Amino acid sequence: MKRLISGLPLLAAVIFGGFFFWGLNPDRDPNEIPSVLISQPAPEFDLEPVAGLETPGLSRSDLVGKERPVVVNVFASWCVPCRAEHAVLTRFAERDGIRLFGINYKDKPEDAVRWLNDLGNPYERIGSDLSGRAGIEWGLSGVPETFIVDGDGIVLFRYVGPVVGPDAVERFTEALKQAGALPNGAGS
Amino acid sequence: MRQLIFAFCVGLLPLAANAVEPDEMLTNPVLEQRAREISKDLRCVVCQNQDIDSSNAGVARDLRLLVRERLVAGDTDTQVIEYIRARYGDYVLLKPPLEPATYALWFAPIAFILIGIFVGGGVLMSRRKPETLEDLSSEDENTVSEILRQNEARDAL
Repeated sequence: MKRLISGLPLLAAVIFGGFFFWGLNPDRDPNEIPSVLISQPAPEFDLEPVAGLETPGLSRSDLVGKERPVVVNVFASWCVPCRAEHAVLTRFAERDGIRLFGINYKDKPEDAVRWLNDLGNPYERIGSDLSGRAGIEWGLSGVPETFIVDGDGIVLFRYVGPVVGPDAVERFTEALKQAGALPNGAGS
Repeated sequence: MRQLIFAFCVGLLPLAANAVEPDEMLTNPVLEQRAREISKDLRCVVCQNQDIDSSNAGVARDLRLLVRERLVAGDTDTQVIEYIRARYGDYVLLKPPLEPATYALWFAPIAFILIGIFVGGGVLMSRRKPETLEDLSSEDENTVSEILRQNEARDAL
């Protein structure tokens, strides 16, 4: 019994030490919110096109039934990181051939049109989410966020924050490959 | 002095400011009260660890409006919370649900207190016990009486 008790401080030190060691991991983001959408059907939504833009609007039925999984990107012209991410997504769409759909989150249509005219429009369809209600359906915590949705409408992957920088691009590319969202031979 | 008190009161004013804006509030005071209570149990996903009732974030406002919309549509408090939980997961609940994954969270504090009482009590009890004296072995007894006898003999000299 005495031996057992004398071993307790060591046990406590090991448990707490292990916890602190786990906390030291620089890749761990304590602000990360686990997504409930992964492996779940994408939410129902139906959004009008952005006024003044020829790109058609976006609803859930536009995402399903495609031959490859598609990418849904939530963006806004007021979102500064989106500007940096835009170039990355454009490259994925034009060079690698992903099918990219956009949700324009709480954005003034005229601002969105100007933004897309300046930077280019890589989106096949864009839904205008003025109220932010579709954003809530997607469990959005901020912009930008990017989802990969398969042909059955199941959400395979969610990326919170801009896909910018080598690590993020690598993670996203890996997710695209695993999902099979890239046409054969692309992205290598 | 009066100026000082005045300045203090003015300084307190911002604390009275509320995140819930007048245009969000429902005209029905009962529903509004329920909405406030629900909002206090829901976490803001942007400014984490703040409830949506006191958060100024855009998403928090949207969620507050959504809570009120659901209430007006006739949902019960539980239904409203389930509606939001279905979209944002357990994470939005400031009070985590009791389920196998959260047993450690709920019961660890109690377990630690019990362990503390058990171990601490054990240590204290074992200290209190008087040390039992054992009789000397017959060999030791002989040695001691031998020494005593020698001493007595020396004193007698």
